[in-house]
Amino acid sequence: MSHSDASIAARVRHVEALLEERGLVDAQELDRALEAFLANAKPANGKRIVARAWADTGFKARLLENANTAIEEIGLSMGGGLQQQTLKVVENTPEVHNVIVCTLCSCYPIALLGPSPAWYKSPAYRSRVVRDPRGVLAEFGFDPEGEIAVWDASAETRYLVLPRRPAATEGWDEQRLAEAVTRNGLIGTAPV
Amino acid sequence: MSRVNDVGGQQGFGPVGQELDEPPFHADWEAHVFAMNRALIARGVYNLDEFRDAVERLDPREYLRSGYYENWFRAICTLLVEKGVATEDALQPR
Repeated sequence: MSHSDASIAARVRHVEALLEERGLVDAQELDRALEAFLANAKPANGKRIVARAWADTGFKARLLENANTAIEEIGLSMGGGLQQQTLKVVENTPEVHNVIVCTLCSCYPIALLGPSPAWYKSPAYRSRVVRDPRGVLAEFGFDPEGEIAVWDASAETRYLVLPRRPAATEGWDEQRLAEAVTRNGLIGTAPV
Repeated sequence: MSRVNDVGGQQGFGPVGQELDEPPFHADWEAHVFAMNRALIARGVYNLDEFRDAVERLDPREYLRSGYYENWFRAICTLLVEKGVATEDALQPR
């Protein structure tokens, strides 16, 4: 731990203790809430959504039409956070590859993917993916065919990429399909 | 007028650095900042828009120099002072 990390850790502890003293937060409750949040919000959710969409064309159609209601079919929801958000799922095709960003801050489907990676929140990614998406994807070792569509998320609307189903996955069950999906594939910085 | 956070299309931030097997939080204090913020919003001390606004009006040099959750922590402190929960002085450890 660096010196500045140790000093900010001490300041955070101090403020948390102060808030606890004033009855505004409860340390144990914070721990519990955090644990519950991390147990529920992880990329496995997004991977399940993709696997179901690949396996079930009816689900896929409903997902692209209204993702908020479709994901409830598999027990997921965009609620439970600080405010209800609209989820829009964008489908990759041979013609168009989709990438998500939040240029202004860090809006992300956190309920479905968990906390976003640091690079997603970095000014480097946020500034450049809208100007030079192909250049940014090249840094991820990825050169998609076709056009690249970049979706800029907001407080109210979050995006999730539906990657193309890889070749030679016929007959795979949903669990196996889900394992083929990566977190970056759901953001659009990887093919799957 | 755009604020410092409005970086879309700007140049000069360098390559996108990736981290292998990145954990959800890089230090315990980051998780505490995250949890504290949710609790304060849930309690109505401030709302999400006020929080976002507080991040966006941080000192531009500090905003760009600091880590993500460090900026969150600064924004939380700004709001705690503005909402009359604590004085600036009380937020500093002795």
